[in-house]
Amino acid sequence: MRLQEEDARRGGSAEPAAFAGAGVLAGAGGFFVKTLAIAELEVRKLRHDFSELLTRAVQPILWLVLFGGVLSRAQLIPTGGLPYLDFITPGILGQSALFVSIFYGVGILWERDLGITNKFLVSPTPRSALVLGKALSAGVRALSQAVIIYAVALALGVRLDWNPAALAGVLLAVALGAALFATFSLIVACLVKTRERFMGIGQLLTMPLFFASNAIYPIDLMPGWLRVISRINPLSYEVDALRALMLRDGVSAFGLTTDYAVLLAVTAVLVAVGAYLYPRVIL
Amino acid sequence: MTILETEALTRRFGRLTAVDALTLSVGRGEVFGLLGPNGAGKTTLVKMLTTLLPPTSGVARVAGYDVARQPGGVRRRIGYVPQLLSVDGSLTGYENLLIFAKLYDIPRGGRESRVREALALVGLGDDAGRLVRQYSGGMIRRLEIAQSTLHRPPLLLLDEPTVGLDPVARKAVWEHIVRLREDFGTTIFLTTHYMEEAESLCGRVAIIHRGKIVADGSPARLKTSIGNPQATLGDVFMHYAGDTLESGGGYRETSRGRRAARRLG
Repeated sequence: MRLQEEDARRGGSAEPAAFAGAGVLAGAGGFFVKTLAIAELEVRKLRHDFSELLTRAVQPILWLVLFGGVLSRAQLIPTGGLPYLDFITPGILGQSALFVSIFYGVGILWERDLGITNKFLVSPTPRSALVLGKALSAGVRALSQAVIIYAVALALGVRLDWNPAALAGVLLAVALGAALFATFSLIVACLVKTRERFMGIGQLLTMPLFFASNAIYPIDLMPGWLRVISRINPLSYEVDALRALMLRDGVSAFGLTTDYAVLLAVTAVLVAVGAYLYPRVIL
Repeated sequence: MTILETEALTRRFGRLTAVDALTLSVGRGEVFGLLGPNGAGKTTLVKMLTTLLPPTSGVARVAGYDVARQPGGVRRRIGYVPQLLSVDGSLTGYENLLIFAKLYDIPRGGRESRVREALALVGLGDDAGRLVRQYSGGMIRRLEIAQSTLHRPPLLLLDEPTVGLDPVARKAVWEHIVRLREDFGTTIFLTTHYMEEAESLCGRVAIIHRGKIVADGSPARLKTSIGNPQATLGDVFMHYAGDTLESGGGYRETSRGRRAARRLG
């Protein structure tokens, strides 16, 4: 009983030996280990039952094969020289990451109702590590979507860029996008507090986020007011990066640096807000 | 030497005062039982002591750390078995403990052995690789105790640890609680409304009613205090807590409590 012995020796007030050398570096290391532990928990659950990943794969396949297939025949949408199917493939990947993440809050409320959240909050884990770990696990789930979408796109003849650096960029953008929207979802869950209310709001958010973005048509086609919304919608930046990196002839409209900077900055702000709100979900 | 002390600890929810200027202290190595009817303030008190709920006023210290100002220090020194389920049914027993070993800073080199040892200690060594959703209620509670004591905390708080368990499983949980104290000197703070549990486990019992401690002492002393040494702890409880119906809990708590009881039962 090391902790007890240490406490007794030090009159129960000093930091025990196991934590005595905890400087800034050790603190950062601990934060990293705990963030990964929370993400690992979700990944282990998926390993035991990956049926969720398979059912989630159906929707993007339908979007690519049916929606993409029909509209590319119609040739109604100007895409700057890209075949329409090529144009929407990154958009559908962004959409899949969004759909995986936007209902993440339900899981948070479910864990709260079961009592598991209490255990996390009683552990000496920084709240930001709990939130970031959840966000990372959404990123992992979304990466499985990327694998499926790449396979379908390849079968449909989309001209993909297989450059390893571009692939790494795609993985980063997908993981960041998923983390961003999962954290947003967590914040909404912490505010609305019941699963019923959350489901209503989740439905309300998903479609506007998707349609007010550059996922399935260029921003230039939109009326002025919608253009403004799509420029503040983080999904547009995620899709923009994906379009530049996934496709052999893809270009970024905003610039990759802007895309990643926006995704990183918004995720960081959301994690900070989420870390503040998460302990309140149990109240 | 005290490990837990509160001074005028109060928690209000709107106009309701769930814990009312409560002053209490628990010494190291004690097995302390907090008895009270539903809605008396037991869970609210435990939530404040475990840093889950900020007090409205007053002070609570655990191992010298203030729960409101030094929550990190408190969290490292307590184990907590909540009334609700706290292990994940979609993971194995081993995985549940492994994740918490990481959250409790157990060094990488000793993590696996600590987890195996904890599982063996609660008699779950052979079931470590099974998904927890296949466990019985008693096995889940034992796993939760193992999870809560992985980091060898000096104080273990258990909120209604045997609610929903059959008598055999309940007895097994009691044995593990007793062994924790004997083997490791762990101080035990438990809430219960089972008189038999309080009587057989606790060296000291306090009765909480409407957020206040109305009686405090060994079971024998409490019996004498109502002028009847032949009385049962149940009589003592009725004497101090009365037979008024309590309205605490609310829909969400009731629904959660029942779900936990169903999963454990």
